[in-house]
Amino acid sequence: MANDVRAVDTEPTGPAPRKDARRASFGDYLLFAATLVLPPRFTPERVRYDRRYRTLDKYRFICWFLLAPVVLYAVLVISPFFQAFYYSLTDWSGFSSEFSFVGLDNYERMLDDSDFWASVKNSLLLLIVAPLATLGLGLFFAFMLQAGGRHRKSEAISGVRGAKFYKVVYFFPQVLSVAIIGVVWGAMYDPITGPINEVLRTAGLESWTQNWLANPDIAMLCVLFVLCWMFIGFYVVLFSAAMGSVPKDIYEAALLDGASRPTTFFRVTLPLIWDTVHTGWIYMGIQALDAFAIVHIMTINAGGPGNSTLVTPVYLYKKAFDSGQAGYATAVGVVLLIITMIFAAVMMLFNRRERIEY
Amino acid sequence: MGLTSDVNRRDVIKRAGALGLVAVPGMTALSGCASGGGDDNKDKVDKGEKTKDNPLGVNEKAGLEVVIFNGGFGDQYALDAEKVYSDSYGKVTHSKTQKIRTKMQPRMVKGNPPDVINNSGAENMDIASLIDDKQVSDLETLLDSPSLFDPSKKVRDLMMPGTVEKGTFGDDKMYQLNYAYTVYGTWFSQKALDGLEVEYPKTWDEMLAVCAKAKKSGMAGWTYAGKHPYYFAFTIYPFIGKIGGQDVLKAIDNLEPNAWKQDAVKKAFEAYYELRAKDYILKGTPGIDHIQSQTQWTKGNALFIPNGSWVENEAKSTTPKDFGMTVMPPTGLDKSDAMPFETLWAEASEPFFVPAKAKNVEGGMEFLRVMMGKEATQNFTKQVSSLTCVKGAADGLQLSPGLASAKKALDAAGDNIVSPRLPDWYLTLHKEKVGGAIAAMMAGDIKPDEAMKRAQQAADEVAKDDSVKKYKR
Repeated sequence: MANDVRAVDTEPTGPAPRKDARRASFGDYLLFAATLVLPPRFTPERVRYDRRYRTLDKYRFICWFLLAPVVLYAVLVISPFFQAFYYSLTDWSGFSSEFSFVGLDNYERMLDDSDFWASVKNSLLLLIVAPLATLGLGLFFAFMLQAGGRHRKSEAISGVRGAKFYKVVYFFPQVLSVAIIGVVWGAMYDPITGPINEVLRTAGLESWTQNWLANPDIAMLCVLFVLCWMFIGFYVVLFSAAMGSVPKDIYEAALLDGASRPTTFFRVTLPLIWDTVHTGWIYMGIQALDAFAIVHIMTINAGGPGNSTLVTPVYLYKKAFDSGQAGYATAVGVVLLIITMIFAAVMMLFNRRERIEY
Repeated sequence: MGLTSDVNRRDVIKRAGALGLVAVPGMTALSGCASGGGDDNKDKVDKGEKTKDNPLGVNEKAGLEVVIFNGGFGDQYALDAEKVYSDSYGKVTHSKTQKIRTKMQPRMVKGNPPDVINNSGAENMDIASLIDDKQVSDLETLLDSPSLFDPSKKVRDLMMPGTVEKGTFGDDKMYQLNYAYTVYGTWFSQKALDGLEVEYPKTWDEMLAVCAKAKKSGMAGWTYAGKHPYYFAFTIYPFIGKIGGQDVLKAIDNLEPNAWKQDAVKKAFEAYYELRAKDYILKGTPGIDHIQSQTQWTKGNALFIPNGSWVENEAKSTTPKDFGMTVMPPTGLDKSDAMPFETLWAEASEPFFVPAKAKNVEGGMEFLRVMMGKEATQNFTKQVSSLTCVKGAADGLQLSPGLASAKKALDAAGDNIVSPRLPDWYLTLHKEKVGGAIAAMMAGDIKPDEAMKRAQQAADEVAKDDSVKKYKR
């Protein structure tokens, strides 16, 4: 939003001041304050014809409309944030209402906690690789659906055959609950009865069969694959919509200039939908930082074998509920929040560039 | 997208943010903290009069609230016991859930828990932390009251070996009653053994010979719940105890330095690693869960499985009629073993406790006393085919094959019972660290030496960690 060139503030020019501008008295301020809480029809004359009335009217409108949602948001979202900061400084077990204040002990402990660092490493790996893979493939599929087909008469670009059908199919995983995806993929990866090994065996590739999730070297890849699989459909649809709103004549012009498909994609499509990609990137990054349900449901010992698929939210859960160390777990949560904020801030910086209008 | 009115989107967001900041300090007054709540005893009911029939002094007018974990055992057995209770002491409120933690933890924190909680399942509350927080009432008065099973004796004297110990945490009071009694060991199909024309192996050389024979006939020697590798503990821990004696396991439970580097551990790990090295383990086992491993086993794809006596009930739907499910103590190493072959791991399980802040603590204990009576224990054994923690309660009952073999093994073991405390004292260490090391070794990723090193390292980390409460035995 910061670079939305059209969003220029047009300060309202109020009616010309009737009287000479004079310094506002205390009584004026009181009157203004009263206006803020009064219904518009009771606005005192003095205020109504003041040149600052337009501004006041605007604020009054915003304040009253936002009051209820802001109160709800503050109670249900913001106050728990602050509570979490407080709990992260205690040794709360999560089982009673008694605990003591321990200062920064929890954070100090985190420094030497090898499991915590293993989980951070895995989460950061997901944070980098999952959006790259998902968005990359999402863009590719969306471009194919939008502009990958043969040239037809009277159309500059067209999608592959059955593009609409594919769009629906890609979206299927998005409809399933995460828990179901975890259970189903857990069964897919089953080394004895799982379909993946079964297909490999049938195809005579016995030597390619794996103990998928039990092999510490490839367990993380298996998780990554499922994450990409479940989110890709959403991005295909999102990017398709963004590409669809790019005017066709730009493509026509590019084609007339003899641009190949890759050139069209990198020089025309991608710059024009960059805003959408950027939003998607932040969203997918946060999804990847979470990854809780898939890891917790699907992997061996929730994060295993060893620590090979342990991600920070799962570690947090284990500490909070399996070990009864809610205080420490909250501290882990605070660190996770900081990582997420840093990620979002970095992504915002990336986007500081001129926006293209069309 | 063209918002050009004088209230543009950016302004709205900016102002909403500003408003939010203003609202926050106001909120602190309103916010009910997650940990807030009462901790007084104002809600306790009055005690009743102690009589011969009412030794705990239950208030006959006060109601009782019981929460049962609705897992493998269901809740019918509890309903039946509640009926007996309500005949003498009035109304019982019953509820069942699979999510004990989600449902009960908020009530524990708020200070209005039910009177009896069956704290079981994968989602149970960490009892050690609860006791630490003084949330659990000790059951000493219950133990010293007359038993309903045999009125001439005290409840305490009729407990199966290890039951009282398993309910204690740190001091010598019992806080948790584990109602069922589980026998762990090597489970197999008698029919499959007969088919191979072999006896159950008593030494490790015999075990390897049996596995070799099974392999020749196209059957794997072992399978296990690879996704939950702590299942291996059911045979490996008693195996370690058998080789080196009780003290070896005691050292492990007490987190002593180099406990996992003891000779008995080395011998045990090396023996089990041979199963992997000689390829006697069903292919794919490291990636399957407990149900899948049991199914592969009942299908006859593998001969042995480390498991507990609940397996008979759990695998019922896939077990062939003539399977002949049997449990035997874990195979020993050789003649030099410190404990006899009959040694096995058996312990009380299925935990119940009475919250300290419950309204009717006496009623809660009385309910547990009713559960340990003749009627209730036999009903339990018949309904869910599991033994109970009451001595002699299953004598003379008609038992299913697996349960009968478990009882036989238990009777043969006598006092040669090991009960490692690692699983209840240091769950994460047991389940994830040691379990993970054993899993990696059995999957062939690491050698026994490395597995011992990893287990020791994890135990040392727990020993150093001040945030984990330590126990000794």
